[in-house]
Amino acid sequence: MDKKDNEQRISGRENKVIERLVISGFGGQGIMSLGKFIALCAMRENKFVTFIPAYGAEVRGGTSHCAIIISDKAIASAQCEEIDTLIAMNEPSAIKFTPRLKKGAHLFVNASMAGKPRRLKGLHLHHIRFTDIASRLGNAKVANMVALGAYIARKKILSVRNIIKILPEIFKQNTLLIHLNEQALQEGLKTK
Amino acid sequence: MAHQKVLMSGNEAIAMAALDAGCGFYAGYPITPQNELIGYMAKHMPLSGGVFIQSESELSAINMVFGASAAGCRAMTSSSSPGISLMQEGISYIAGAELPAVIVNIMRAGPGLGNIWPAQSDYFQAVKGGGHGDYRCITLAPSSVQEAYDLTLSAFELADKYRIPVFILGDGMLGQMMEPLTVSGPGRPETRDQRPETKEWAASGCAGRKPNVVKSFYLNMGDLEKFNLKLQEKYKGIQAKEQLQETAYIDDARVILTAYGTMARIAKSAVEKLREKGKKAGLLRPITLWPFPRKIFNRLAVSDKQLTFLTVEMSYGQMVEDVQLAVEGKARVEFLGRSGGGIPSEEAIINKTLQLLKN
Repeated sequence: MDKKDNEQRISGRENKVIERLVISGFGGQGIMSLGKFIALCAMRENKFVTFIPAYGAEVRGGTSHCAIIISDKAIASAQCEEIDTLIAMNEPSAIKFTPRLKKGAHLFVNASMAGKPRRLKGLHLHHIRFTDIASRLGNAKVANMVALGAYIARKKILSVRNIIKILPEIFKQNTLLIHLNEQALQEGLKTK
Repeated sequence: MAHQKVLMSGNEAIAMAALDAGCGFYAGYPITPQNELIGYMAKHMPLSGGVFIQSESELSAINMVFGASAAGCRAMTSSSSPGISLMQEGISYIAGAELPAVIVNIMRAGPGLGNIWPAQSDYFQAVKGGGHGDYRCITLAPSSVQEAYDLTLSAFELADKYRIPVFILGDGMLGQMMEPLTVSGPGRPETRDQRPETKEWAASGCAGRKPNVVKSFYLNMGDLEKFNLKLQEKYKGIQAKEQLQETAYIDDARVILTAYGTMARIAKSAVEKLREKGKKAGLLRPITLWPFPRKIFNRLAVSDKQLTFLTVEMSYGQMVEDVQLAVEGKARVEFLGRSGGGIPSEEAIINKTLQLLKN
C-alpha cells in the first residue's frame, strides 16, 4: 500500500476506528460471499474483523444477511446492534435493516430491485442500479462486487489495490472470473 | 511449523485444532449449528490418516468414541443440544471407564427440538452431568474463534492427563462466526505425546503383557465405592489446579459482569462503554465452567465491599447458581438472561448495570 492510498483511506475514515457493516439481500445474490470476501480483505490489512452469517433455516429466494465488524482494536461484541453501513441488495432487506442504522450511516440500496426507502433523515442514501450494471458486464451475479466498489469509493474502509490482489485467491486463478469481478469492482468505484 | 493466519468459523477452528492435536478418530451425526465441524472432519480427517465416521445416530457416535478411546486413540465427537442429550448415557460410561474424550456442544435453543439459534441453556447438562452417576466433565467455554482453536488443543491434553471427558461448550454464534485465527499447526510437542502405545491402560493389543480391561462395571460390594472415591480425589485435584478465567477492570469495580462464551464478549463491550462514562463496571469471564473458577470469586467477594455480580446468560439462569455458590452470600448476585434465540443486548446490559450501580 503506498503513502497516498493510505492517506486517502485515513481521511475517508474520518478518524473512525470501527465499521459495522450489514449486507443483505435474497439468497443467491452473493451476500455471504461478499461478506466473507470483505472479512478476508480486512484480515489481510491486519485489521481486527468478525463476520457473522444469518444461518440455518434460510430458504431459496428468502432473505439472507451477514454482519461484519472491522476495527483497529480488538473487537469485543461481534453483534451489530447499530449499523454504520447497510448494503441492501433487495427491497425486503432494505426495509428490515434501515431502522437499525445509526445517525450519519451510509445506506446502499440496489435500485434495480428496490425503490427509495422512506424515513431517511440523517442518513446518506446511495440508490444505485447494482444488478443492471452487473448485467451490462454480462453476469448479474457480480452485482455484489459492483456494490463493493460503490461502498469502497465512499467509505474507503479497504484498499482497492489489496482487494484486487486477493481476487485470484478467491477464484482459484480462473482468469475469466477474476477479470469479471475486477471489472464489476471498477464499475462500482465509478458510481461516485 | 510457521504460524499461519486464516479466516475461519468457530466450528472449523475446533475441527482443525482436533486434527492438529492428533485426534485420530471422529464420529458424529449432522445437526445445525455445528455442521461445519463435521463437514471439516469429513474432508480433512481421511487426509490426516485418521478415521471419520458419519454414524447413524448420536448414540452410536458417542459409543464409537468410547471404543476408539479405549483402544488408546485420541477421539472426538460433536453435536448440538438435542444430539448431546442423546449422548448422555455414553458420556457417563466414558467417565465411569476413566477414558479421555473430547465432546463438542455448539448449543442451540431448547428445550426439546427447540430451534437453531444460539443459546447457553445446556450449562447444567455440561457442568452438573446430564448422565447418571457421580461424575464430572471438564468444561471449557471459548469466546472467540482463536480461543475455540486453543482450547480444543488444551481439551485433548486435559482429557489424556486426567483420563476424563472434556466438553467444549460453545453456542451457535461462536460456531458460525468467522474471525482471523493464528494456527500453531500440528506438532505442538505436548499434543503429540499421547500415542496409543504410551497409554498403559489402553486396550491396544496385549502381546507380551497382561491384558488391560476398560469398563465401568463393579459388581463386588465395596469396589464401586472405592472407585468412586478415587474419582472424587481426581476431581478435587482438577478443581485445585485447572480453574481458568479472564478478568477486566475488576479491581475497583462495584458491579462485575459475569458471563461466558460469546455472551461475555457482549458483556465486555458493555463494560468498555460503561468505563468510558466513568462507571465502575468490570468483567469476570469463566473459561473453565467446570471446574468453576471459585477461587477468584472467593477472593473478590468480601462482605464489606458491597460488590454486585451481574450474571448475564443466554439462558434463564444456570451459571448464576454457581456464582451464588462461589460468593457464599458475601456479595449481591443479580441476573439478566434471555433464551430461545434472544440474546441480551449491550444496551440492556448497560441499563441493568446502571440501575444496579445506583442502589
